[in-house]
Amino acid sequence: MNRKKLQKLTDSLTKNCKHFNKFEVKCLLNLFYNLVGDVTEWQSVVVGLDRNAFRNILHVTFGMTDDMIMDRVFRGFDKDNDGCITVSEWVHGLSVFLRGTLEEKMKYCFDVFDLNGDGFVSKEEIFHMLKNSLLKQPSEEDPDEGVKDLVEITLKKMDHDHDGKLSFADYEQAVREETLLLEAFGPCLPDPKSQKEFEAQVFKDPNEFNEV
Amino acid sequence: MLTKWFVPRPPSLTPHKTFLLIARFLWETNRNPIAKILGLDYNMINEINEDSSVLTILDKITKDDDPESEIKMKIALLLKQLDLHLLNRSLKNISLEIRLNPGTVKNDIELLKRFSGKGEQTALESIEYTSDYEFSNGCRAPPWRQIQGEICYVLVKPHDAETLCITCSKEGVFLNGGKTDDEGEINYERKGEIYKDLVTLLREKSAIFSENMSQQEVRFNEEQQKEKDQPNEAPEEEAATLHKASTAFRRSALEKKQVSLGRSQMTKRLEPSLNWKTTVDARENKSSLRDTQEEKHGGRLEKSRPSTSPGRAQLIRKSAEKIEEIISESSSESEEDEEPPDHLQESNADLPSEYWQIQKLVKYLKGGNQTATAIALCSMKDFNLAQETCQLAIRDVGGLEVLINLLETDEVKCQIGSLKILKEISHNPQIRRHIVDLGGLPAMLNILDSPHKSLKCLAAETIANVAKFKRAWRAVRRHGGITKLVALLDWRQHSTEAARRSLYEARDGEVARCGALALWSCSKSYANKEAIRRAGGIPLLARLLKTSQESTLIPVVGTLQECASQENYRAAIKAEGIIENLVKNLSSGNEHLQECCAMAICQCAEDEETRDLVRLRGGLKPLASLLSNTDNKQRLAAVTGAIWKCSISKENVTKLREYKAIEALVGLLTDQPEEVLVNAVGALGECCREPEGRVTVRKRGGVQPLVDLLVSTNRALLVNVTKAVGACAVEPESMMIIDHLDGVRLLWSLLKNPHPDVKASAAWALCPCIQNAKDAGEMVRSFVGGLELVVNLLKSDNKEVLASVCAAITNIAKDQENLAVLTDHGVVPLLSKLANTTDDKLRRHLAEAISRCCTWGRNRVAFGKHRAVAPLVQYLKSNDTSVHRATAQALYQLSEDADNCITMHENGAVKGSSALSGVKSPCLCFSSFPLTHGLREQSDETGRGERGDTKIRRRRDRKSL
Repeated sequence: MNRKKLQKLTDSLTKNCKHFNKFEVKCLLNLFYNLVGDVTEWQSVVVGLDRNAFRNILHVTFGMTDDMIMDRVFRGFDKDNDGCITVSEWVHGLSVFLRGTLEEKMKYCFDVFDLNGDGFVSKEEIFHMLKNSLLKQPSEEDPDEGVKDLVEITLKKMDHDHDGKLSFADYEQAVREETLLLEAFGPCLPDPKSQKEFEAQVFKDPNEFNEV
Repeated sequence: MLTKWFVPRPPSLTPHKTFLLIARFLWETNRNPIAKILGLDYNMINEINEDSSVLTILDKITKDDDPESEIKMKIALLLKQLDLHLLNRSLKNISLEIRLNPGTVKNDIELLKRFSGKGEQTALESIEYTSDYEFSNGCRAPPWRQIQGEICYVLVKPHDAETLCITCSKEGVFLNGGKTDDEGEINYERKGEIYKDLVTLLREKSAIFSENMSQQEVRFNEEQQKEKDQPNEAPEEEAATLHKASTAFRRSALEKKQVSLGRSQMTKRLEPSLNWKTTVDARENKSSLRDTQEEKHGGRLEKSRPSTSPGRAQLIRKSAEKIEEIISESSSESEEDEEPPDHLQESNADLPSEYWQIQKLVKYLKGGNQTATAIALCSMKDFNLAQETCQLAIRDVGGLEVLINLLETDEVKCQIGSLKILKEISHNPQIRRHIVDLGGLPAMLNILDSPHKSLKCLAAETIANVAKFKRAWRAVRRHGGITKLVALLDWRQHSTEAARRSLYEARDGEVARCGALALWSCSKSYANKEAIRRAGGIPLLARLLKTSQESTLIPVVGTLQECASQENYRAAIKAEGIIENLVKNLSSGNEHLQECCAMAICQCAEDEETRDLVRLRGGLKPLASLLSNTDNKQRLAAVTGAIWKCSISKENVTKLREYKAIEALVGLLTDQPEEVLVNAVGALGECCREPEGRVTVRKRGGVQPLVDLLVSTNRALLVNVTKAVGACAVEPESMMIIDHLDGVRLLWSLLKNPHPDVKASAAWALCPCIQNAKDAGEMVRSFVGGLELVVNLLKSDNKEVLASVCAAITNIAKDQENLAVLTDHGVVPLLSKLANTTDDKLRRHLAEAISRCCTWGRNRVAFGKHRAVAPLVQYLKSNDTSVHRATAQALYQLSEDADNCITMHENGAVKGSSALSGVKSPCLCFSSFPLTHGLREQSDETGRGERGDTKIRRRRDRKSL
């Protein structure tokens, strides 16, 4: 990819993205192409990060561990569902992921939690996500009893229309009441510390040779 | 009526079958014959006899044949017997507890004896009967008192109170009039409330007893329980748990002895159970949730203040087993959770449902990953955390430990959730203490370093709630908390910051507000005030004062006001220009803020420059206008306080008069709480130093309420009232009113007040009264013993009292007759004794008093004899001109006696007084002239002294005149 094209791409992405400035977009592009590898080899195929590479980033850089959630985060980034994160999906995804407003993050998190994508987070989905959240006590008869109870607690707290599943409206209302519920069913956003580290690292390195 | 058949026909005479039929009929129709005949009261007492009689009858029947009916009969009788036995037993138990009898009292006292002795761990120092003789009925009271139902008298010496003489009677236990020293007789009169039993009374009377008892209570109860023989019919299950419990308890008691630091641990461990005990009690009586809570609340109070509710002692006894049960729970839980507390869940099924839900949530907190933890925290936050049941439930299921633990993780969400809960429940004093015990404060202080503002805010707010007692203040300081909190105040507007606000951020102003809140809580301790100052808190507070947010201003001003009690703070406040902002905020719309500002001004206005500043910044007008709103008493007290302190400066008084503050203050003299009265009267006292002020007070009818307040008992109020009345008395017209209201007599009687400042203030106030009263001499004489009282006050060792009394004597002695009485009471030697003082104020008034007293009889000579002259001459060396003037007058009076002249001359009076001649004070020269003049004449007569020298002086004196 030549310099001119890169410049153009940067400009267009910067225009569409409100949370990053031009310099930051440039840094992210650099990072993206570093991760993907040499661009010229990818001429014909769609250029992007595949699921495994992306999950690796999530795991190493942002300390995420939950397989299912990481899958869902990948889905969240991969807007066109082609199993590959393109450069614009990368920048847009990170914009919400790192700097999104509460509204954007709510939308993003809800999509992550809505496992089957039907617009609702059902009881089963919640159970699925919370399955491993409690220490299993071997003494208990039903090891999932605690989890079931947790599911009930969350539904009681968040299901405002009492239909046994969470709509986005339910979720939004609950989060506005209590921000802690944003990542109610699993961490799908970077924790503040790793976010800071990531930003510091990515937005500084190229800075040195660029500005000087 | 059927029983009549039964009695006259002995069974052996009746045919077998008829008897059985009759007997069966009897039992079926009339199940309790004796009770029917003799009344219910005899039911219980005769039960046993009846039982045996029936059995003997049965035995007789068995001698005959017919085994079948015999067995039937036997079973019926046995069942009946068992039934009665159970009833009897429970009745006995109940009756024991409802009324005291010699047996129970004896048991109580014997048990208490075991817990008494020297040392801190015991409940009492000693407990003894007054009489060793015990009557056959178990009473120790003399027979004529036994008729009144009294059982015995005990002398109890608690650790923290005088020996109590207590009557134990059938109605209950109460304090009597005590043992008279000389004859050893007991004053049987009841002196206090009747308590249910000895323990309840002692809990009420002695804090140490109740404290130590709460530690030993279980043991006490256990023993009490053993003392009564275990009822056989207790359900097996309960007996089993009881056994388990007592072994568990013994085990923990053993630990207490062995482990050296076990004591604090032990008490900690016992705490929850003591608390839940009351709930258990409640459960026995009432089942509704509401009642349970109320009872529980009552129970809480009892922890700090011993019980007054009569039912409680019984309940404790009754539920002793259950308490132990719970103890076994808490101790096993804190050990290693070895057995799942299944049986407990059964027995505690009636605890409020919140308890169980919270317990469940705490379990998830303990055993969940961060997602589960966050959910559990959010859910817990939805409980009504202001409710005590929930607060204590969190504590009792070990939730506090987990919450504090979460603070130490680096999981922001969990920290936020945990702090949100801690912030709410820390309104409860018990929880606060527990948080501090668990080391919660250092954890929160660490969070203050976090980059997340909302986290900082929450932590600071929680600290503000927790740091309400000494140990917490110290903990905050020791862990460097003051510096961190002061750093939170450092608030500058970062425009860049505002644009990029992430999820957990809050406004900078919010951080400063929370920091100030925490500092406000902490600033109640002296060392913390110092620490705040050293950490550079004052300039930061001053800067925050410039904001316009009331929510921030209140804690900021609150902190300043708290700290302004320190001298160096006041200086700094003046230097930082804080007064201006305080004045500005007086006009804010927030009552609390106004109150804090007024308090701060009140504290700072001790300093004259500050008072001027308040005036120059226009602070007096808002203060004066706030006087008209009398609904908020706390604010009113603060405002009147500020006005009082400000009115010490004369210019301020002029301004205040302009703003009609005096009128408003006079209006506050009735129907106000004492703290308002003290300040308002203080302010009036200052205002009345000006003639205009006096006139206003009189015209507004302020004199009467002032005189009425002379009978109050508040020390500060009395000092201010006497001052104000004295100030009013300067004006003859007001004096007439005071005289009319018998105010002088009231003032005079205040000379007997135990507090020296009240005495002094009253004596000062008497001076203008005597000066301005009509027929003052007659009035003074009319106070029986009044003059003697005044003279005796000269024996006081308080300088202010002495000076004021000397001034009063000066005024009293204007009347020759009164002076004669004073002399008779020995005023001369007492005054002479004081002559060696170095205090200028006292010297001045003393000299005046001496000079006045010289005018009677041979007092001049007497002063000379009592060696008052030589020290007086030394007064001329003082730097105070008013002392010189008074001394010169006194010496002039004394110099009419030749011997005194010699003494004066020997002590260099001529030199001293002529040195005064140079001073540009016409009045002084007036007094010094006759003195030197008189001296010269005396010297001429005696032919001693350097004539030439005196002549020269004389010439000079003339010149200077």
